[in-house]
Amino acid sequence: MSKIFPKSANALPLQILIFLGVLGGVAAAGITYYATPAYLRVGYQPVQPVPFEHSLHAGQLGIDCRYCHASVEKSATSSVPAAQTCMNCHSAIKIQSPLLEIVRESYRTGDPVPWVKIHANPDYVYFNHSVHVNRGVSCVECHGKVNEMTVVRQDKPHSMSWCLDCHRNPAERIRDPKDVFNLDSPTLAVQGRLEDAKKFIHDWKVMPPTSCSGCHR
Amino acid sequence: MRYAYYTLAFLVVLLVSVMGFRGMPATRPPIELFPDMDHQAKYKPQAESKFFADGRADRPIPAGTVPFGRSADQADPAFLKADDVHYAGKNADGSFLRGFPPDLTVNEAFLRRGQGRFEIYCAPCHGKLGDGQGITKSYGMVATPTYHDDRLRTMPEGEIFNTITNGKNTMFPYADKLSPDDRWAVVAYVRALQRSHHGTLDDVPPDQRGGLK
Repeated sequence: MSKIFPKSANALPLQILIFLGVLGGVAAAGITYYATPAYLRVGYQPVQPVPFEHSLHAGQLGIDCRYCHASVEKSATSSVPAAQTCMNCHSAIKIQSPLLEIVRESYRTGDPVPWVKIHANPDYVYFNHSVHVNRGVSCVECHGKVNEMTVVRQDKPHSMSWCLDCHRNPAERIRDPKDVFNLDSPTLAVQGRLEDAKKFIHDWKVMPPTSCSGCHR
Repeated sequence: MRYAYYTLAFLVVLLVSVMGFRGMPATRPPIELFPDMDHQAKYKPQAESKFFADGRADRPIPAGTVPFGRSADQADPAFLKADDVHYAGKNADGSFLRGFPPDLTVNEAFLRRGQGRFEIYCAPCHGKLGDGQGITKSYGMVATPTYHDDRLRTMPEGEIFNTITNGKNTMFPYADKLSPDDRWAVVAYVRALQRSHHGTLDDVPPDQRGGLK
């Protein structure tokens, strides 16, 4: 009987098993890292039809978010402004700018400016802006520091686990209601006022749902 | 066996160099791995429609109709806006109302509401003090009047309400941003600003005068 396998082959099955384990671990790590919204969505920064600078308008000029996104306090949707909102100022400022031609055209014809939506929730998610901003959750918690963005990008993953991080522990993310639209303001917890945040959650009956039907119908 | 690990390490390096890291800017739309019910046959606000000729899912209000309200059972309180005093700031004879509509209570909460709305929607041009020195002035906005001259101090409240509702000269209407009640609150705050600029020592309670002269 001749030897088909050398003696070193005795260790091979175990080595193969270990390798498969390592391979599985690498694959799991890769999928966790790459196949989740934290990689797929964060950083999405489409080219908009008008190069509107939030860093100029909201940052430098200090215009309140609600000047343009006027429905955010009373509606599920934070509306994208109509061209008339732009024309409030741009009928007098930079009236010749070719970059604003699309806005002027929209104002004349009534056809909307074809802005590209960045933060798109799946259609089975029923998110409501007003309940969040009226309960101390600032814009910055979900949208990042838009007041510093020259071109807006998605800053947070908006995945379900990310929503639940806050729904399960809202006290850490709550702001003083008057700071909600000040994107540079610290949370109550950062100010060392975690007790105030907990009191606010109790007094204002902040009860973020963690059941499926809270957000899915 | 060693080569299998080398190959794996090479593949990991290759993957990272091709895929990059989390949070890197990308202009292409995100890949949807499991788009099962992400896009349903329904319209969301401000969405695009392939059905309507103008491509808009939000339908314009047809001519000759008024919005009834958010519920089919109960009309919006502002339905029809028939009360000219409240919704147009005008008396029955068409003149502008002086004072505030009788169904509104002007109190501190009302003024605070007006202050909040004023600082969002009015202050960019009119300035937080109502002096016409808003931030837009340094960017070329044409003369924004100060509230503190006699013309605007004696203007009826209803006329200020009308200006907010319909705009005037270079100012565009703000009826889409401010509800009628909010507009009245802003009018009340404008009055407060005007009063503040014409205060005298007699307006300060004696115990708070301190070093004021």
